[in-house]
Amino acid sequence: MIAQGTAPALKYTAQNDAAEAIHVENLHKRFGELHVLKGVSLSARDGEVIAIIGGSGSGKSTLLRCINCLENPTSGIVRVNGEEIRMKADSHGHTVPADRKQIERIRSKLGMVFQNFNLWSHMTLIENVIEVPVHVLGVKRDVAIAEAEKLLERVGLAEKRDVYPAYLSGGQQQRAAIARALAINPRVMLFDEPTSALDPELIGEVLKVIGDLAREGRTMVLVTHEMKFAREVASHVVYLHNGLVEEEGPPEQIFGAPKSERLKQFIRNIG
Amino acid sequence: MARIIELLSPTPPGWGGTLLVGLLHSVEIAAGAFGLGLVIGICGAYGKLYGGPVVRDLLAVYTTIVRAVPELVLILLLYYAGTDLINQLLTAMGYQRIDISGLVAGIAVLGFVQGAYSTEVIRGAILAIPQGQIEAARAYGMSPGLLLRRITLPAMLPFAIPGLANLWLIATKDTALLAVVGFFELTLATRQAAGVTKAYLTFFLAAGVIYLLLTLVSNLIIGRIELRARRGMPSLKEAR
Repeated sequence: MIAQGTAPALKYTAQNDAAEAIHVENLHKRFGELHVLKGVSLSARDGEVIAIIGGSGSGKSTLLRCINCLENPTSGIVRVNGEEIRMKADSHGHTVPADRKQIERIRSKLGMVFQNFNLWSHMTLIENVIEVPVHVLGVKRDVAIAEAEKLLERVGLAEKRDVYPAYLSGGQQQRAAIARALAINPRVMLFDEPTSALDPELIGEVLKVIGDLAREGRTMVLVTHEMKFAREVASHVVYLHNGLVEEEGPPEQIFGAPKSERLKQFIRNIG
Repeated sequence: MARIIELLSPTPPGWGGTLLVGLLHSVEIAAGAFGLGLVIGICGAYGKLYGGPVVRDLLAVYTTIVRAVPELVLILLLYYAGTDLINQLLTAMGYQRIDISGLVAGIAVLGFVQGAYSTEVIRGAILAIPQGQIEAARAYGMSPGLLLRRITLPAMLPFAIPGLANLWLIATKDTALLAVVGFFELTLATRQAAGVTKAYLTFFLAAGVIYLLLTLVSNLIIGRIELRARRGMPSLKEAR
């Protein structure tokens, strides 16, 4: 389902005909002189778990952040839920979203989990989790609180509901951030290296939560360095190198029988 | 001693009541000017951080000039020139001249000065917010207004409070400058009382004590607000 912009045909087709939740086509991103994404395509159907792997500077986080326009793609197509994000050029020639309301609507369907958690520090965990449902989606406060309590329970933080993020470990903060993402009942979960900022002994608890979500059929796009985890939970793996898709396929193929030399070396190095 | 108590008694022939009315006017002006300064400061900081080149240049001119010119000069300039300008505009448009109340003029003039300092305090505080928190709010579809109200303002508050507390205390004392344009605040009230009774030492000491009390009460309230604003932040004592 993912191909380089110039490739004539998609290398991988979904086995099912589930609706396409995310569609990225021939995406380019430049930061000034730096050409970070050089024509990447990607798609995630409902229920799929797409793992994006690659070395530092390969553009994998940028690709993820272009999906919800935290970075504005320089060119290319991004469709979420079948709806194409409309872009326009601003007075400096930068590409920016043409319609702020559209971007806000699309973003509120994508549950993003960040490397550095990014919980709001002036709110307790329960306040963090209900913030978007109440203030963006217009859910009634008591309904949101009941739902948030269930979600915190689910990530094992029920008794921390009234604690501020700064008083929690990284693993706890990240699990709370996952609860915050789940609270919007997202169409797709976006994970941007969710375990990269964690101490080794805290990684397991976060991976367990993400793994459970994958097994229950959540649609996810996951940028990760955890190869073993990617192999376990992903339905499709994309290896990015220098802003291009170098190789992609089912995890058994990518990790078991990689074709490209670079990917072989990458897998050997990262173990 | 009996004479001092008699002089300071709140009921005539004592002048205490006069001083208290002056204090009330001072606090009114200070609160109004500080509030206006906050509004200008939030808009100014946003403009400086996220505005286009024209907005940024205009704000740079505003904050530079206001902070460069002595406040007394600005007050005289804005008070006389400002009211004159408004009246000239009104007559030119065919309206009656109006009498601008000292209170409104005082708040506007001091607020304009406070706004320049607030802009810089709030700009610095917004820059101190971990940018990931702003990004998370954007990633969840918050509109700019909601983001400002729910995330940026409460998150910047702990970083802004020391600077804003300074500005509040300066505002309470800057009200004394309005005495030169004849606004009846604590300093002018003191001068009147002292002039009539010739008890200069008594009244100016009393005014000093009142200003001190105002500061002490302010500190108490600011301490409460700061505690509340820093609620999500662990105490620094443990990190020493």
